[in-house]
Amino acid sequence: MGNKSEIKLLGTAASPFANRVQFALNLKSMKYEYIEENLACKSELLIKSNPVHKKVPVLLHADKPPICESQIIVEYLDEIRPDLYQLLPSVSLDRANCRFWAAYIDNKFFPLYEELRQTLNKAGQEAIKEQMIEATQQLEEAFIKSSNGKTYFGGDQVGYLDVILGCFIRWTQHVDELNDFNKFDEVRILELAKWAKCIASHEALKSVTPGKETLESFFGLINIYRPPYK
Amino acid sequence: MEKVKLFGTWSSPFVKRIVWALNLKNIEHEVIYEDLANKSPELLKYNPIHKKVPVLVHNEISICESLVILQYIDETWKNTCPLLPKDPLDRAKERFWARFGDEEVLPSFFGYVMKKGKDQEEAKETTLAHLKRIEQLLSEKKFLSGESFGFLDIAFGWLAEYSHPLEVVAGLKLLDEDSFPNLCAWKDRFLEIPAIKESWPDQETLIAKFQESKDGSGK
Repeated sequence: MGNKSEIKLLGTAASPFANRVQFALNLKSMKYEYIEENLACKSELLIKSNPVHKKVPVLLHADKPPICESQIIVEYLDEIRPDLYQLLPSVSLDRANCRFWAAYIDNKFFPLYEELRQTLNKAGQEAIKEQMIEATQQLEEAFIKSSNGKTYFGGDQVGYLDVILGCFIRWTQHVDELNDFNKFDEVRILELAKWAKCIASHEALKSVTPGKETLESFFGLINIYRPPYK
Repeated sequence: MEKVKLFGTWSSPFVKRIVWALNLKNIEHEVIYEDLANKSPELLKYNPIHKKVPVLVHNEISICESLVILQYIDETWKNTCPLLPKDPLDRAKERFWARFGDEEVLPSFFGYVMKKGKDQEEAKETTLAHLKRIEQLLSEKKFLSGESFGFLDIAFGWLAEYSHPLEVVAGLKLLDEDSFPNLCAWKDRFLEIPAIKESWPDQETLIAKFQESKDGSGK
């Protein structure tokens, strides 16, 4: 992709969803201009580009209408440049498998983290941790099936599910540390734990992964705007 | 010979959209009706994660989640009645709105109908705001997918088929022609599509079913 400013990405350094899109863009060696949003004070551009959800990430491609929702953005990128590091597999059954697990990751797995943050009572927290353990068990099985003995969900190279789940590793590590919890436990889920280490160190993701301070600051912000209440 | 089975219930809007897609593409299939209070071992085998309907089983391999199934059907039987558009940007738009429909519009509409008293009032504002967005999408368009119907119309088809029975149970007309002229016109057009028309569920039975859900919910 030639002109850098042809693709602009509205994001926030701490947002795993923004990281996800950056991961995909980097894998595809697609140049882009990154615009950091302050979610406590959203820009006019963000609100105009995503009037429905007012969230990041938003992809602005040349003069086309904005594209929102990270999974949808990643599929869009894959469809406009399938020649550059194809993320989704070619076989429709494998694509369905990818989309199914992507939905699971975003709708079942990751929301548990927000629930945990919002839950102050111990019994509630323990119940959520149990669900997280179960979810990682499901993901371990999905990984074993999908990777077929190779390094990534996508096989020998990073694929769609690696991008979808990989962007959460740093965030979930941060929450685990706060809660004295190790979700990607090598004893319980050996293959996924190995994968987590591997994907976190992938250059295309590492370069956009937020540091501890950025995450702490972001969590501080969320705790103000959406304080725990359960 | 391809073997296609669909596990579902007769009233689920998520199952319905799969029936429409299969009919539109003339895909021979068998429908297995589930009693969700007493799920079959087969359903649990084919959808162990969510244990829900719809589940499409194609040559013994299962695909779950209705929007995933729709795209699978579209990609596998691609020569008849394509559902998603070709252009990647249009595809992104349809995926966005389909997701919005499932995550926001449908739950708020059904929630609004099933609730009572003050809860219902509160849900009303949200539902109307969502419907206004869809109304806007239809300005100067015959269908949500454009000149002809497609993926997004299938995704919102529940609104066409279920709005009347839901309105009866809610005791309130939501899709009135003055507030939502585009949606009402779209609804009529959608219901006239032969493959949709031929599988229209009996309205009285649907009303009874939703009434039962509302009475049983105790909210």
